[in-house]
Amino acid sequence: MSFVEYKEFIEDGDTAIVFLGHDSMFPITIQNGSQTQTKYGVIRHSTDLIGKKYGSKVICSKGGWVYILYPTPELWTLNLPHRTQILYSTDISLITMMLELKPGSVVCESGTGSGSLSHAIIRTVAPTGHLYTVEFHQQRAEKAIEEFRQHKVDHLVTVKNQDVCKHGFGVTGIADAVFLDIPSPWEAIGHAKSAMKSEGGRICSFSPCIEQVQRTCLALEEHGFTEINTLEILLRVYDVRTINLQVADLGRAAEEKSSLDGTDRTKQISAVQHGSALFKSGVPPRETVGHTGYLTFATKSLF
Amino acid sequence: MDECDTAPSKLVSEGDFVVLKRQDVFKAVQVQRRKKIIFEKQWIYLDNVIGKHYGTTFEICNGGNLQTKRTEVTTTEMKEAGSDNRNIVDDGKSQKLTRDDIEALKEKGIKGEAIVQQLIENSATFRDKTEFAQEKYIKKKKKKYEAVITILKPSTRILAMMYYAREPGKICQLRYDTLAQMLTLGNIHAGSKVIVMETCAGLVLGAVMERLGGLGSVIQMYPGGGPVRAATDSFGFPKSFYKGLYEFPLNKVESLLTGTYSCRTSFSELNPTLENDESGETQDLNRDNGEDSNSATESESVMDTNAQQQQEGVEGSCEGALSKEKAQKMEKKQLALERKRKQDEKRRKESEAAALLQDKNADGLIVASRFHPTPLLLSLLEFVAPSRPFVVYCQYQEPLLECYTKLREKGGVVNLKLSETWLRNYQVLPNRSHPKLVMSGGGGYVLHGTTVAAERAKPNTSTIEKSEEPATKKMKVEEEES
Repeated sequence: MSFVEYKEFIEDGDTAIVFLGHDSMFPITIQNGSQTQTKYGVIRHSTDLIGKKYGSKVICSKGGWVYILYPTPELWTLNLPHRTQILYSTDISLITMMLELKPGSVVCESGTGSGSLSHAIIRTVAPTGHLYTVEFHQQRAEKAIEEFRQHKVDHLVTVKNQDVCKHGFGVTGIADAVFLDIPSPWEAIGHAKSAMKSEGGRICSFSPCIEQVQRTCLALEEHGFTEINTLEILLRVYDVRTINLQVADLGRAAEEKSSLDGTDRTKQISAVQHGSALFKSGVPPRETVGHTGYLTFATKSLF
Repeated sequence: MDECDTAPSKLVSEGDFVVLKRQDVFKAVQVQRRKKIIFEKQWIYLDNVIGKHYGTTFEICNGGNLQTKRTEVTTTEMKEAGSDNRNIVDDGKSQKLTRDDIEALKEKGIKGEAIVQQLIENSATFRDKTEFAQEKYIKKKKKKYEAVITILKPSTRILAMMYYAREPGKICQLRYDTLAQMLTLGNIHAGSKVIVMETCAGLVLGAVMERLGGLGSVIQMYPGGGPVRAATDSFGFPKSFYKGLYEFPLNKVESLLTGTYSCRTSFSELNPTLENDESGETQDLNRDNGEDSNSATESESVMDTNAQQQQEGVEGSCEGALSKEKAQKMEKKQLALERKRKQDEKRRKESEAAALLQDKNADGLIVASRFHPTPLLLSLLEFVAPSRPFVVYCQYQEPLLECYTKLREKGGVVNLKLSETWLRNYQVLPNRSHPKLVMSGGGGYVLHGTTVAAERAKPNTSTIEKSEEPATKKMKVEEEES
């Protein structure tokens, strides 16, 4: 299994996602001879999983079933073990497009964190690009290296355990894009610039606080970056629900009511039955993510 | 575009598809010598761009010629500045230069920068403005008088932003960040086999092709007479990228699913009059939908590019000598032969696309069209392998509510999510940071999910035995899933 190449069958050593239904998922590592406990019973890797197709329904020991899914970077983002705050797919999507990432791109990233964005970048730049990711926390860097190896993408990524603000990315003049998610990005802009190709490229800095953004923007300007642009993207999820709204009794005669049914003004009216109206609605959750961070993008111009 | 052709592609060559940038305005054009291009109400020639690096900035000179601009940091020193605007009165008399004076300066060939300097010197109120207001004034005037153009390589970012700003009607109001969501949620990456159904001028198709980087395959499902790829061409992909691009008509999907499809049954191409009818139909369709008046011309140009592409395909497949010979003898017979060859080529590509679909193992499905998403999705999902993402865009929420419900009823999908994104731009200045005063009201809705093995397959007897006993539990799972 590799995160950058789909495959049909589940094999020993794969990372896979167990889908229990309705937003309930968790990742597993397939190991011949091992078992996984779910609320629907045990899954035996050797008999229930290995050799089956991804996307198969697997019956657990108690009779309930789960689906085994191929781990796309997006599913991984939803299931990975958190060692830090992570970036989610909404921000990742915009970062990927605005940094103009595509197969062959060379990207520098700091910090690696839990590797949520790293997996998405690697997926997009494979098979000919490369990610240089710098993490100042030793254990996190080591854990990331281990994960990349397990996910068979280690040939596409180099992890360095150093402080990007002091020592940079360890590469010069090769990056098409740089991404910064560090507490003081303004201190790393110079290093970012020198890591980038001479013909230019794109940079992005992610910061939760506007004060950080202000300092970063000033630093970007000082270093000659252009097209400096700060934006924020928020995901609005809608629950699809069938709603039954009661229709008030206004003392209208039964006859009149039926004639109203006859005219097909809208579906909702025609669905009026027994004093209620049925309709589908996209209902926003009562509480939702209101802020992740500001994304500041800029261009390093030619020469 | 990608690593394999970096060296030659750093310089602009004749025939390249490029993007012109002036301030925040983009325009996608093809570089041709002695060809007038109108951009931001000014005529320009791109002759001087050829041979220069991508990213170079030019100034528009007399006669619309471009001249490379030395990027000098022009810091207009602001010696004096007022503290607030209490003494500034809008009486229309503060600027001593008249419109005629400015026009005269322009005619003398004086550059934009100098004109801005003159405007400042002749402004009676400039010195009383606050430092911030002075900055704003200069910025505004520079925008008006400095004709500076940068030549860029096209990318999904640039083209998606350009279309959204200039011609949102042609791309079903698909905002660029929504397109970004689709590409990520669809896990579009090199080596995949992706089905694309779009009526966004070929922008979504181009974005998918960029992410495939020439590796893998794309099957474009098209309504009407032929696939629309005006925006796709603007990406300026190398020819090799088109090798993995296939197209298949939507009106043959049903026959493909029921097993009655035969490439030979598509006689419409055999009859040239029929073909004309068909293209006429597409134009009508486009006109019906087009929210701007020039949609008809777009569809014409689309037809042209189609013809071009097909021709390229033909030329690639036969010897160069043959195409020379063809040029010498412009006989009707030759033309007929040529047409037949094109038809054969088209039919071959279609049968290849049919075969790719019939494998039913596509790695993803991307839909962004002006059609109702439900029937499209219910049919096209049949061609997608299990455990693969699919993404549907719709300008409106209601059709996706229905689509969501129908997909749930049918099964074979999990993780269904209906969402939209909000995008907000910021002004960032020391102590003066705030959201921009205007934001986009909506960028459309996205429904995405993951395919799983279809329910149809009956479990074998042993699993039935196993699962029969704790039937209550099973019910519970079902409930939670729905």
